[in-house]
Amino acid sequence: MKPHFELTIQPRKGWQPIDFQEVYLYRELLAFLVWRDIKIRYRQTVLGGLWALLQPLIAMIVFTFIFHKLAGMQSDGAPYALFAFSGVAAWNFFSTSVSQSSNSLISNQQLVSKVYFPRFFIPLGAIGAFLMDLMLSLGLLGILMIYYRWPLSWTILELPLFILGAFLASAGVGLALSAVNVSFRDVKYAVPFVLQMGIFATPVIYPMRYLPAKWQVVAGLNPMAGVVVGFRHAILGTPASWSLMGLSLAVSVFLFVAGLFIFRRMETVFADVI
Amino acid sequence: MAPIIEVHNLTKEYRIGREERHDETLREVIARKIKAPLNAMRNSGERTKADKFHHFLALDDVSFDVAEGEVVGIIGGNGAGKSTLLKILARITDPTSGMVKIRGRMASLLEVGTGFHPELTGRENIFLNGATLGMRKAEITANFDEIVAFAEIDQFIDTPVKRYSSGMYVRLAFAVAAHLKPEILVVDEVLAVGDMAFQKKCIGKMSEVSRGGRTVLFVSHNMAAVENLCQRGVVLNKGNLVFDGSTRDALQHYLSINAGKFGVFEHVVQFEDARKRNSPQGKLLQKAELSTDDDRPPHLGIPLGARLKIKVHFDLPSPTDSFNIGIGFNNNYGHRVFTANSCFEPDRSPEARSGRQVFVCDIPSLTLVPGEYTTYLWLDIGNQKADAIEDAIPISILESDYYGTGKVSWRGAFVLPQRWQLETADVEEPRLTESV
Repeated sequence: MKPHFELTIQPRKGWQPIDFQEVYLYRELLAFLVWRDIKIRYRQTVLGGLWALLQPLIAMIVFTFIFHKLAGMQSDGAPYALFAFSGVAAWNFFSTSVSQSSNSLISNQQLVSKVYFPRFFIPLGAIGAFLMDLMLSLGLLGILMIYYRWPLSWTILELPLFILGAFLASAGVGLALSAVNVSFRDVKYAVPFVLQMGIFATPVIYPMRYLPAKWQVVAGLNPMAGVVVGFRHAILGTPASWSLMGLSLAVSVFLFVAGLFIFRRMETVFADVI
Repeated sequence: MAPIIEVHNLTKEYRIGREERHDETLREVIARKIKAPLNAMRNSGERTKADKFHHFLALDDVSFDVAEGEVVGIIGGNGAGKSTLLKILARITDPTSGMVKIRGRMASLLEVGTGFHPELTGRENIFLNGATLGMRKAEITANFDEIVAFAEIDQFIDTPVKRYSSGMYVRLAFAVAAHLKPEILVVDEVLAVGDMAFQKKCIGKMSEVSRGGRTVLFVSHNMAAVENLCQRGVVLNKGNLVFDGSTRDALQHYLSINAGKFGVFEHVVQFEDARKRNSPQGKLLQKAELSTDDDRPPHLGIPLGARLKIKVHFDLPSPTDSFNIGIGFNNNYGHRVFTANSCFEPDRSPEARSGRQVFVCDIPSLTLVPGEYTTYLWLDIGNQKADAIEDAIPISILESDYYGTGKVSWRGAFVLPQRWQLETADVEEPRLTESV
């Protein structure tokens, strides 16, 4: 019954590989951490999970009123409200994931300095919990589409690809920032500010075609640009350029791998510095 | 068979001081990096004294093996490196150099309640905490009822733990941990929790665990618990492994290290440089010499129940017959537990004296509870305080087999002779009271 298990503890220097066997061994804990973050998010609130729906809904109403009605901004085909909501849903997932996960190690100091498990579970768990919020808001988007009588098309099958892209991008950024945050608390102040600006650098309230043609592909370097465009393409069936979305998805994958390795490299000192 | 834990030349260095202030901001790091070459130039490249001061060896070349099924106590004072050692074994922090090999599934418990979330209920925390400590969900479910029963919190199981009393919180935390079933268990200080009854329950559970053939590494300040649970003791002092052997010898060794806490334990104490001194009539007290049975100088301390002789050397500036030496014994908490004074001596020579004197205080059997004591030493001349020194002579009382049973109380202040005997109880016939 005794599985032979041997472990060597030695000083680690430089880049660390990912120990997949260990990840598998602890897989239940990752699920528990996601479950915990979902459970505690809306504890002791009256509206509870409704907050996950209210936030994008109110943003949609405000954006539609200001940018569409007042400023006369157009969407790329779909009703502006649906256009704004789908963009906000994707962007909110990214921005809440990044801000929560970048603080996650600090807010879980207790765990980091007292017990061992793969450290990157902490920021990943924080993001995993927001996937549920994203699902809820996509459900609401479905209801809004019925209200606006906007049909679904086969492109919806591409949606998981873009959700994956959004997850990889936020996980990559979140992992790297959470690791840096352990030593440099500047992250805590910089992140909210950058995220606030980020919504304007991403086609959330304006359609991609507002950008000059030569910038349209370059914009794909922002992983969320392709993801937002992709969300709309998949859900609302609006036109989209695969070179832009492809570039964004590639950047997402790159960010995730880079974030993971940066995290693994820095994690050797977490318990000593945090 | 290969040992279940091998520790080879384990070293952990921390940089302390300005070098690694964790709240250093990015701007400060950049400023420091820019200044670094300038500082290096000023210090002409050499490693300066100040630089050395910033490095601190929490563990220094520690090696030992643990065989399967052994229960090892790790003993040492504050800053001895115990926690660092456990943190490395638990993989929370990396060693600076050296290597550890672990052959078996290990769970470490460095603090009870790790990973408890105040907003979650007791039930939810049992699952979360169990998973954090490396338990499978199935394992937790199987042990769930037992955990709740052990923690004695059945009716609060669905209440958020932030509403728990601290006792309930700790009981629940320990209950989860106690039901871990790894091959190797690393435990730090968890017994210092809860009320007496629960502590007893915890120790009971711990010895059950260790009797079950599992390997346990146990760190505690509770010497009785260490003695009770462990067969082997490893003593750390200032990052070095200084002793490895039976628990009894290890405890003895640990006490002897501690004996030096108030200065090196020496049987001759000079008072020239005494710091806390109040000398209205000048520095009259000179030195004190300690000896124990057969007038031998004590080696590491005075064994419990042994003789203590203190020879106090002092000066009398003018002839007088009215002078007394007092020695107050204070325990670790600074409480006076015993006072010796020459004024209690009935057969004292009455002649007037002056110049250098030696007064000998002879206590035939000193039965203070084992531990560290300091003494307040003073000289009265004509009922006036002439010279007084606080913490004058450090004295450690070592554990000894006073009662001949291998058992000695660590509680209270004194160990006193006592006898117990059982008598046959007279079973008295109920006397019938006269009734009319």
